[in-house]
Amino acid sequence: MPRRLALRAVALGYLVVLLLAPLAMIFYRTFQHGLEPVWQTLSNPNTVHAFQVTLIAAAIAVPLNTVFGVLCALAIVRRRFRGKGLLNAFIDLPLAVSPVVVGLALYLLYQRTGSWFGPWLAGHGIQVLFAMPAIVLATIFVSVPFVAREVIPTLRELGNEQEQAAATLGATRWQRFWRITLPSIRWAVIYGVILTTARCLGEYGAVAVVSGRILGKTETATTAIDDMIQNFQTSDAYAVAVVLAAIAVLVLVLMTLTKPREDIA
Amino acid sequence: MIVVLPIAALIWESKKDGRHAFWQVVSSPEAVGALKLTFAAAFVVVLINGVLGTITAWVLVRDDFRGKSIVNAVIDLPFALPTIVAGLTLLTLYGPSSPVGVNVAFTRTAIVLALCFVTLPFVIRTVQPVLLELDVEMEEAARSLGAGQFTVFRRIVLPNVLPGILSGSVLAFARALGEIGSIVLVAGSSLHTEVASVLIFNVIQDSQPAEASAVAIVLLGAAFVVLLAIGALRFYVTRHERA
Repeated sequence: MPRRLALRAVALGYLVVLLLAPLAMIFYRTFQHGLEPVWQTLSNPNTVHAFQVTLIAAAIAVPLNTVFGVLCALAIVRRRFRGKGLLNAFIDLPLAVSPVVVGLALYLLYQRTGSWFGPWLAGHGIQVLFAMPAIVLATIFVSVPFVAREVIPTLRELGNEQEQAAATLGATRWQRFWRITLPSIRWAVIYGVILTTARCLGEYGAVAVVSGRILGKTETATTAIDDMIQNFQTSDAYAVAVVLAAIAVLVLVLMTLTKPREDIA
Repeated sequence: MIVVLPIAALIWESKKDGRHAFWQVVSSPEAVGALKLTFAAAFVVVLINGVLGTITAWVLVRDDFRGKSIVNAVIDLPFALPTIVAGLTLLTLYGPSSPVGVNVAFTRTAIVLALCFVTLPFVIRTVQPVLLELDVEMEEAARSLGAGQFTVFRRIVLPNVLPGILSGSVLAFARALGEIGSIVLVAGSSLHTEVASVLIFNVIQDSQPAEASAVAIVLLGAAFVVLLAIGALRFYVTRHERA
């Protein structure tokens, strides 16, 4: 069937031109002069520090958003309360709002003068903006929705008959959660955690606004790439980008392995 | 708290100087140009990915070939890859040192290309499950009654997947409006290629957050409209289940 082949060619051609060819190219460009220059860039203290900042932010944001996401999903699916629609909409907000707008909003909330929290915090010697706390807050903000979004449909399908049965047999709320609910939603949670982690490691827009991008202090892996390009350190930028790209490929493999089975054609 | 408070501060800040100041910023030539470019680029990108995304989803569901599961996994690459890396990869292949002789760096084409990259999965991932559930028998029945390929597509497949295409497109549109990471590197720094998010970023760097907040409010408003549109679409699509 020529029509089928034509459509296949269009679809695959689009994917190759847009996704695969550029990705392959960056790996080629990075390693075309061997491993030595790549290793030199990656062992530079500033680069190491940038990766550390990114990892710390992710290490704080991922567990927080996992717990919050599961609790929100439970509240939205199982409970009836006022403002439920509002909560549902606000969870999605970080997906729809530009990361730069998120960064700006945090900036306005914590700047030293004329903001709501800034003056009080500055008075107590706590620096939020252009320091680690702002990076963490920005990272948490942009990665809020992922766990909840994955868990909500699974919880809906699950129903609560099993939990009711357990309750009639005398299981406490805590036991029901650990023995029944959590095991049933665990793949959705893991999938959500993978998505959250990917988003945290790759966040650029919001962090770039609030971090101040001080080399060796508040520079993250993603802002480092931008600054390296601006300073014409192209090969350095490639080296950092390739590490992030390799993590992305790993994330992709994990996503494929943990994805709810019925989604796969 | 973490989501709502900053947004409230943003709205408060933009209201502080009054409506007049707000309009002055938003109606400045630079802001108008950036907003126009942002919405136009997002629109073009949604059209491209609406068509090609639907085709790709169809190929993934109905076609069969070696390595299909790998292709299926690759679709999510834009979700996994940091956007700044996406921008850099595109710049490597389609920039000044392009090995294939295509240089679109620092043009509006590059912006569209970057946005196509980051919004690619949305339409595919919303259309795919609908196509999977769609009964092939319906199409076979139509064909046995003498309907041609095109008629089957137009009268049976399209009406069924349209809600999926629309909701994916709306999500892609929202994402395209706010995208910055993949654009900063490929768009360069001329007014001709300045989108709204980059404009906001530049204005903040010049220490004028109050002015940035006016443009940000426009993007925020657009985000709210998009969320409402998705909600309305969901409501419409599930009308049979609720009845």
